[in-house]
Amino acid sequence: MNDMTPTREQREAKLEGMGCKRKRVEDIRFTQGKGNYVDDVKLPGMLHGDFVRSPHAHARVKKIDDTEALKVPGVLAVITAETLKTVNLAWMPTLAGDVQMVLADGKVLFQNQEVAFVVATDRYAADDGINKVVVEYEPLPPLIDPFKAMDKDAPVLREDLAGKTTGAHGPRKHHNHIFEWTVGDKDLTDAAFRKAEVTFKEMISYHRTHPSPLETCQCVCSFDKIRGELTIWGTFQAPHVIRTVVALIAKLPEQKIHVISPDIGGGFGNKVGAYPGYICAAVASIVTGKPVKWVEDRIENLTATSFARDYHMTTEIASTKEGKVTGLRVHVLADHGAFDACADPSKWPAGFFNIVTGSYDFPTAHLSVDGIYTNKAPGGVAYRCSFRVTEAAYCIERAMDILAQKLGMDPAELRLKNFIKPEQFPYHSALGWEYDSGDYATAMKKAMETVKYSELRKEQSALREAFKRGETREIMGVGVSFFTEIVGAGPSKNCDILGIAMFDSCEIRLHPTGAGIARVGSKSQGQGHETTWAQIIATEIGIPADDIMVEEGNTDTAPYGLGTYGSRSTPVAGAAIAMAARKIKAKAQMIAAYKLEVHEDDLEWDIDGFRVKGLPEKTMSMKDICWAAYNSVPPGMEPGLEAVSYYDPPNMTYPFGAYICVMNIDVDTGVYKVRRFYALDDCGTRINPMIIEGQVHGGLTEAFAIAMGQEIRYDADGNVVTGSFMDFFMPTAVETPHWETDFTVTPSPHHPIGAKGVGESPNVGGVPAFSNAVNDAFSFLGSTHIQMPHDYWRNWKAAKDLGAVA
Amino acid sequence: MIPGPFNYYRPATVADALKLLSTLGDEARPLAGGHSLVPMMKLRLATPEHLVDLHGVADLKGIRREGNTVVIGAMTTQHELLASDEIGRSLPILDETALLIADPQVRYRGTIGGNVANGDPGNDMPALMMALGASYRLEGKSGAREVAASEFYQGAYFTALEPGELLTSVAIPVPSAGHGYAYEKLKRKVGDYATAAAAVVLTMAGGKVATCKIALTNLSETPLLAEDAAKAVIGTSLDPATLKKAAAAAEAIMSPAADARGPVEYRKHVGGIMVMRALQRAAGRAS
Repeated sequence: MNDMTPTREQREAKLEGMGCKRKRVEDIRFTQGKGNYVDDVKLPGMLHGDFVRSPHAHARVKKIDDTEALKVPGVLAVITAETLKTVNLAWMPTLAGDVQMVLADGKVLFQNQEVAFVVATDRYAADDGINKVVVEYEPLPPLIDPFKAMDKDAPVLREDLAGKTTGAHGPRKHHNHIFEWTVGDKDLTDAAFRKAEVTFKEMISYHRTHPSPLETCQCVCSFDKIRGELTIWGTFQAPHVIRTVVALIAKLPEQKIHVISPDIGGGFGNKVGAYPGYICAAVASIVTGKPVKWVEDRIENLTATSFARDYHMTTEIASTKEGKVTGLRVHVLADHGAFDACADPSKWPAGFFNIVTGSYDFPTAHLSVDGIYTNKAPGGVAYRCSFRVTEAAYCIERAMDILAQKLGMDPAELRLKNFIKPEQFPYHSALGWEYDSGDYATAMKKAMETVKYSELRKEQSALREAFKRGETREIMGVGVSFFTEIVGAGPSKNCDILGIAMFDSCEIRLHPTGAGIARVGSKSQGQGHETTWAQIIATEIGIPADDIMVEEGNTDTAPYGLGTYGSRSTPVAGAAIAMAARKIKAKAQMIAAYKLEVHEDDLEWDIDGFRVKGLPEKTMSMKDICWAAYNSVPPGMEPGLEAVSYYDPPNMTYPFGAYICVMNIDVDTGVYKVRRFYALDDCGTRINPMIIEGQVHGGLTEAFAIAMGQEIRYDADGNVVTGSFMDFFMPTAVETPHWETDFTVTPSPHHPIGAKGVGESPNVGGVPAFSNAVNDAFSFLGSTHIQMPHDYWRNWKAAKDLGAVA
Repeated sequence: MIPGPFNYYRPATVADALKLLSTLGDEARPLAGGHSLVPMMKLRLATPEHLVDLHGVADLKGIRREGNTVVIGAMTTQHELLASDEIGRSLPILDETALLIADPQVRYRGTIGGNVANGDPGNDMPALMMALGASYRLEGKSGAREVAASEFYQGAYFTALEPGELLTSVAIPVPSAGHGYAYEKLKRKVGDYATAAAAVVLTMAGGKVATCKIALTNLSETPLLAEDAAKAVIGTSLDPATLKKAAAAAEAIMSPAADARGPVEYRKHVGGIMVMRALQRAAGRAS
């Protein structure tokens, strides 16, 4: 060794592998405004499409007159359901086993539903055209209140389902009923409630909101008539699934469909499913032979593409007097809007809501979910969460607080008393999941110590006394949330989308000079995959992350993947990356053994190459192995160094965390101030701590928005009253609280690198922390549960209803 | 969110602008910062055939002192108000209010003329102008006239402006040295209109309120001058009972709409609180 020989630390650092706060490589283009988004796709002769939308929530469409629209200069065509029927595309299948109108077929079922698609030579002409299409409606009574959906005399929404007593998920009980889904042992649970010393029942609603990515949904479809090929650039979180869906419904050969997801400006679940705009743009391109662009505006995005939540959860817990839980019973009324367009794995009509037992050792539980139709936009997507896990976490975390209040116990103590213990893992929950690993008490105690929990409680009691004496108009709440997520959908034994198992994939090719490319079936929408995927490879095979290019989103080049949502990328695609890298490493070991003239078993891995056991000077770096792979492989071995892996996970992963929110509320105005927010996340092995921190900041900001004001609200006539960023709460940096982040590390035992995924945890765990803080603040005035969102006027109303404001 | 077709004009003088507005008739709209008009056009709630952009008219810019009055050109932006020493010195309540209007990007573009002339009850400056006793200079084909801010607003988006008239400047009498002032605005987030807001300008003498003006934003179809509320505090030291009386008097004239900011009852209630808080803060500043 001489002075120039790098130390082990230097070699390690050069890789920028797992655990490194590597700067995001994609930010070089994003921070310079050089990203390439769908709207940046501009093709010669490209046409533009725009929708005529329904002003009514429920109406019969009597007549569509396009005479004047076709006279507008630049307008080429007006497509209606009648046009689409000629190609059998007036309706399309949803991911949830339902069908959805592409364009209004006889009636409209929600405000801003797509009625006609105007195709024009530019965006302005298209908009001029839609204003000239005359639609004659006959308004029908709208059904807005989900609790009235199954009334005997409730209006019939889905006339297409007349006489169908069975849906995609079993029997239908009513003309507005979609499915009933039950899990758990009803008899055992009923018995637990009969024997229980303490029980309560509370209707906990998680209101309708929207993922609202800053880039709205959009696509460019270009059909080449000569080749018979359709190319679609779109904001797709799952490009391969879109390709297969297009092949199935448009009857085009799958090899002639090219789907490209370029840079995406946020998805949060909104960009998983298929929308009428995609179908209409594709049909318009096939008909005209020209590329057609469709770009949604903000109002369209908020009011017509997939919403999230809208779960009304009647929750009961049975417990001993000492606070040991003995049973959980939940019934959910799930408002799916006009069509069931949930983006869940096909066999899971309520997603993974059966994670509702949370982090607690419930001996028995029973869950039933009724999905129903209303005159609202379709959807029910996982807004930065894994398939209804957010709803489940909110339900159980709110319920545990209510139980604590009923028992007169501290909510953190109640949680500590009921946690699944480390020695119980792998833990089989009463509702059917196998939790992989966890150390809940350690995380909870670390959170409590960091925020000085007991001092906060003392301060709170003092403030409450001062409030009662009339010395202050402020109340204080401490919101505790301990969530367990279930992510990484998922094992082929129980997860598929339209029959395709939910594996994910990676292909790695190493080049002769020791660089390489990795193509992955996932699709970043801001998560930073180009940065973190290279880090996994760097650690696995000793090639610096900077020398690995990561590519996603082009279905012609990327191996088939199920895409990015439900925090599945690291648990599934991340595993595929590690497994592909390990295949390469195995071949590299054979090459190194041949070159070093030793047996493979005599080699050991050392950071960035192999060395001969006991002879540390005798080494071969991965860089040199790459070169050798292209000129001097062992006899009989194929040259080259590449590998593909399709990873079917053996189980889900179960990230968890402890969040504590401290909030003060001015009862006179309802104005709140988040004094402190502490978030401890355990996502197993940490790939890039900086990106994790960024993910947590973003997810907490969304959680803050949802809990404190963000909603899609309808008036009694079915008009959306929060259809723009003026009224749909999208916090700016000014409103957003300061976030403190922390972590523990409990690796997943079944994941190749022990990682669990983190992107969605803060949204899942954050909402109950905020809501519990508000509820905790008001609890001493006599309330048990106040529904979200907790915006100013509702806080004031809560105070007024509790007699704290005159 | 795509506007319909329109013709665009960019005159260089007030005379040219007025000529254009009068020849183009009812279908012409002057364009200042565009924060109200352009979104309305994108939603096609406004479909003017002609836009007369005032950004090329140099005479409409600037802040100058004329004796005891500050005259502000209509096309002066909120940002320019904040950057002006004259405003900071003699009308600090304008700075306080301008800072509560959205964000820097909006304030670089938004003008005082557009804010006061548009008649949008959510705009912040009109209430301020009422509290300060300001007047607006309206110029038309047949000449110029001065209208007091308190006489200008007739209903939501209805004002004393006649067709073809342009609001060219705002004249504000400088409040006496040592006056107290405050603009209290409750809003849901940056960029939102007020759920309720109150402007107070007062003077104190011997610990008691000597003069007082109170005006309200977004609590009716027009900004409101809360005269009874102001009367209720004259001669008092703003004790809790007086504050409550003032709030009640102000609430009595409020008629806000129920919207996503809250029901009527809430908006009136917090309107009263804004009045009390503005009074207290203004008094604390008075010398």
